[in-house]
Amino acid sequence: MPRSRPPLIARLPFTAATAAIWTLLWASSAQALAERDARHLLARTGFAPSPAGIDRLAGVGRAAAVERLLDQAGSTAVTPAPDWVARWQPPKKRARDLTQSERKALKETMRKQAVELKAWWYREMVATPSPITEVMTLFWHGHFTSGLRKVKAPALLFRQNTLLRRHALGNFGDLLREIVRDPAMLLYLDGARSRRDAPNENFARELFELFTLGEGHYGERDVKDAARAFTGYSLDRRSGSFRFRARWHDPGEKIVLGRRGTFDGDDVVEILLAQPRTAQHIVEKLWRALVSGAPDPAEVERMAVLFRDSGYEIKPLLRALLSSESFWDEAARGRLIRSPVDLLVGTVRLFDIPVRDGRNLAMAGRLLGQDLFEPPNVKGWPGGTAWITSESLVERQAILSYVAGDATAMTAAAADKRDRGETRNGGKAKRVAAILSSALDRWVDGLPAQWSDAASIALLLAPLPPVDTPVLNPDGSAALVRQLLLDPVYQLE
Amino acid sequence: MPSDRRPIVAPLSRRALLGGALGLTVTGGFGRLAQAAGGAAAERILVLLELNGGNDSLNMVVPYADPAYRRARPGLAIGRDAVAQLDERLGLNRALEPLMPSWQGGELAVALGVGYPRPNRSHFRSIEIWNSASDSEQVITEGWVNRLFAAAPQEGGAGATDAVVLGGPSGPLLGPALRTVVMRQPERFLQRAANVGEGAAEGSNPALDHILGVRSDVTAAAEEIEAHLERAPKIAVEMPEGRLGRQLENAARLILAGVPLSAIKVAQSGYDTHAGQAGRQRKLLTELSAALAAFRAALIQGGAWDRVLVMTYAEFGRRVAENASGGTDHGTAAAHLVLGGRVRGGLIGEQPSLTALDGGDLRHRLDFRRLYATAAHRWWSLPQVPGGPFDGFAPLDLIAA
Repeated sequence: MPRSRPPLIARLPFTAATAAIWTLLWASSAQALAERDARHLLARTGFAPSPAGIDRLAGVGRAAAVERLLDQAGSTAVTPAPDWVARWQPPKKRARDLTQSERKALKETMRKQAVELKAWWYREMVATPSPITEVMTLFWHGHFTSGLRKVKAPALLFRQNTLLRRHALGNFGDLLREIVRDPAMLLYLDGARSRRDAPNENFARELFELFTLGEGHYGERDVKDAARAFTGYSLDRRSGSFRFRARWHDPGEKIVLGRRGTFDGDDVVEILLAQPRTAQHIVEKLWRALVSGAPDPAEVERMAVLFRDSGYEIKPLLRALLSSESFWDEAARGRLIRSPVDLLVGTVRLFDIPVRDGRNLAMAGRLLGQDLFEPPNVKGWPGGTAWITSESLVERQAILSYVAGDATAMTAAAADKRDRGETRNGGKAKRVAAILSSALDRWVDGLPAQWSDAASIALLLAPLPPVDTPVLNPDGSAALVRQLLLDPVYQLE
Repeated sequence: MPSDRRPIVAPLSRRALLGGALGLTVTGGFGRLAQAAGGAAAERILVLLELNGGNDSLNMVVPYADPAYRRARPGLAIGRDAVAQLDERLGLNRALEPLMPSWQGGELAVALGVGYPRPNRSHFRSIEIWNSASDSEQVITEGWVNRLFAAAPQEGGAGATDAVVLGGPSGPLLGPALRTVVMRQPERFLQRAANVGEGAAEGSNPALDHILGVRSDVTAAAEEIEAHLERAPKIAVEMPEGRLGRQLENAARLILAGVPLSAIKVAQSGYDTHAGQAGRQRKLLTELSAALAAFRAALIQGGAWDRVLVMTYAEFGRRVAENASGGTDHGTAAAHLVLGGRVRGGLIGEQPSLTALDGGDLRHRLDFRRLYATAAHRWWSLPQVPGGPFDGFAPLDLIAA
């Protein structure tokens, strides 16, 4: 293992005293949240908020509400992991030495585990008492991407997911320091095989371009030398955990971003953390995820300084983002398109739809363009308006029609089967539609009195007034909910 | 290839000039991309056929006379008497016999050794490279046809839709510059499109406007396609059973109905033949050739074969040597088929050597982007602009005027 040495940049601990100063500063601008403000905050930092969730924050000041969200954030999953995660053993033979039947069996196991892994995360997102943790874990999954098809080890993707969750609202520097040794990442970007006689540049390039600085802020030489610094960062075949192979490591001198030394990978990480651009890049990306599609350069710069000065603590950055005028600005409301995961998990959570094992959610997510643990490529999901294409919009509407109880709109699963030329199970589709429909009716019946009028229901379901739905003239609340589900504003947050 | 760079902007055709000067919109079955180029090119449709999984092209376009071929494939090699000869060295797998009339008619071109430098052997990554026409190490998320649209002048669409995906992922047609409609099941799409609602963009919220814009695209596409299909003549040719046959039947219906499209994508999967390849590939190629032959017959009958160009593609070819399971593993370069009423048939390029290999794999002889450049600049007659997606890749001379 490379020796651990003090980071090249000092890490300011984010002390209680600094926190108190921030609180004081904000106290003066404290504004009590209206219900729609509470909804805005909860929708952006979690999945579709419930009436109870909104009630808990309504009347609370902005700063206090944000503080409460951050304080209560967890860092571990509450849903038990599939049992094979712990029992997992790396394959004993190389893939090319497998017999035909062994190969087939391995493929089948992997396929099953992949589905179980995706379903597990969906169940966690549905069950979690800390939605912001899952939103941030998903954010980091889209940032520090790794995918099953390349990694071919669901258990390692699970370990990575645990790592992302542990640091989801923790410290970006720590997350980065660990991700360069993460087994799934080492396989995904070929670091595990990178040796001094043939350094593989894949990881080093993405580390610069996607994970830290962003395009245009480094040169080819930096990538080449960083790749050399990371040689030897590999895996132990038996345990599947990180192992530094000294014989594979290139101990020679490197020049990275103008600094010269016999760097190893950890040194490169510290050099990158010392670059102002790293903080800006992360702030910009989080801004797009939480605030709006158009980051304000001056604000990004202000928050990047704060982020770096805090030693890359994520909570102070979230606090700054969520307290910013840009976040609360009227013009920012309903300006983000909900991701497939947000749409699915939000719908299930809001209406308390029973979820048996999460497989259908995983399948629907894939159909809508967000296959968990299988990002489209190393850049992750582009998000924003790219979520809505002619294909995905038609599928979103079909799934939502199904949730509204329309059995003729097939489930994702049934549609998929039909595409594969298999027969469609109309009987099952009808049964499921009936279950969904009754869940919806039950939810409407159970709404607290102060939430059961048309205007409240509209506020609950969408961030903006509906486009298609006449709110003032509904045929009853249940019908209104069904119409709102299919209204374009339901796609927004 | 970068050496035969040709950064010349083709002169605008007379028709495009007239159309532009008079502010005319060309009406009728014209795709938007082709319309930008004007002239006869305006009615031309590209049909992209994905051989998903990586077709073993060495057993499709068989180097039957090469001893190295038989040595590398003691179990899988196809003999001289089992191929339809193309020349004294190469022959088509007999399963492709239904394509021989096209070959003899000079409208089937076989491009040899198609690939790219520093090949990637992952299905997932390599198809991304083919879809986007990127370099091996470059990640581009948009499809190459979309990139072409983004770079081409757009003078308003002729119709509501630019491209239709009938099978597989959108791939080459993915991206915001193209109005692509995915309808793996046209009936299902048309039925569901009725669900998305109507309503125009309002202008103050980009996210909402985007959704409203997409849904009006979907509605318009569905209406247009439905209207065209309603008054389209029935296809008189019997199309073969199977998924590819169905896809190409729908493609033929859309084309013959005069839906103004630029591109259609279809796909056939199952080519990842790591084991028991001989029977599986024969079945796939039989389905492929039957579907293509019927598609051709239907379009000839409908008088549209001259405005259709079919191109196959896949993530990679397969390893030269067979494996121990009677199959072949992921490889690199492959042969691909190009056919259509205006195609100049014949062999394109050179068969890669079976002995001068890179780690057991063929060295590519023809960059796949030259095929794309041919579609862009010879088929659609789009001007070749510096910095365009195929700048530096010379088109091939395989489209007759």
